[in-house]
Amino acid sequence: MGKTNSRDRIKNEINAGSMADIAFLLLIFFLVTTTIAEDRGVLVKLPPWSNEPPDTQKMNTRNVYSVLVNADNQLLVRGEPVDIEDLRENTKVFIMNPQRLDNMAEKPTKAIISLKNDRGTEYTTYLQVYNELKAAYNELRDEEAEKTHGIKFEFLDSDQRKAIRAKIPLVISEAEPTNFGEEN
Amino acid sequence: MAKFNKKRSKAEPEVSTASLPDIIFMLLFFFMVVTVLRDSERKVDVVTPNASELTKLVKKSLVNYVYIGRPKDAYKTTYGTKPRIQLGDKIADLSDIPLFLEKHKAKLAENEKEQITSSLRIDGSVTMGIVSDVKLALRKANQLKINYSAKPPVK
Repeated sequence: MGKTNSRDRIKNEINAGSMADIAFLLLIFFLVTTTIAEDRGVLVKLPPWSNEPPDTQKMNTRNVYSVLVNADNQLLVRGEPVDIEDLRENTKVFIMNPQRLDNMAEKPTKAIISLKNDRGTEYTTYLQVYNELKAAYNELRDEEAEKTHGIKFEFLDSDQRKAIRAKIPLVISEAEPTNFGEEN
Repeated sequence: MAKFNKKRSKAEPEVSTASLPDIIFMLLFFFMVVTVLRDSERKVDVVTPNASELTKLVKKSLVNYVYIGRPKDAYKTTYGTKPRIQLGDKIADLSDIPLFLEKHKAKLAENEKEQITSSLRIDGSVTMGIVSDVKLALRKANQLKINYSAKPPVK
């Protein structure tokens, strides 16, 4: 014990060189196990459940844009077969009705998209259709925002957003699916 | 010049590595924070479709996950080949959904309860039958905010 003279004491440090190695090891462990939060998806608000059947009488047919998807993943829009690529443009024209046609929405606030699918429809197709309909609305809101404020919808503040949402409300109503082609 | 050529400068100065652990630790903490350890084993195969109108789910604690897909090979003998629902870490039936939602709700504060989102991770090849049933069950349980999990479009 008496041996520790002042010269020895200088050398008595813990070697921190391996610290980096340990930290590296932990780092690599977390690098490997990490799935960086990437939960993204199409946000949907479902209507509240009620036992009474909704009354569909008061709706004017010119304001309803009916989209049917059958068990073979084919689209029928207002009685006519349509390709999914054209759905977005057609929907936008229907909502805005730039030429003031008789058979399209009176104004955007009155437009209703009615989506109906079969229990045998593939989920991919359903989501694609829903995505296209939502995209139509998002593009319209973007255009409206560009026109009134000069910037895109997502950069507006909450009041401005609310105003545009009121102008172009997103109404996608989903009917009970039919059951013709369910098989799994 | 002679001034700088002293004998002492020959002992080469080394780059101090003492701060290296600190830097690594910083990285380490970053990854520790962003990591979400897989909390449940996936028993069904899920490959979500692509979509362009995506919303990010920010607060993980306010999200509950419902998986729908065909059971993985290892579980085919027990659960069959038809699409099934997975809640948490076990395969469940439609009737288990209300309890599952209630359990998740119980962990949250009162003011957070209306912000709960159900993230539906559904395999692209599943047909809408089971999806509609789940949607109806969620509506009946008054869980109206849902998010169809999807991948960004491939360019």
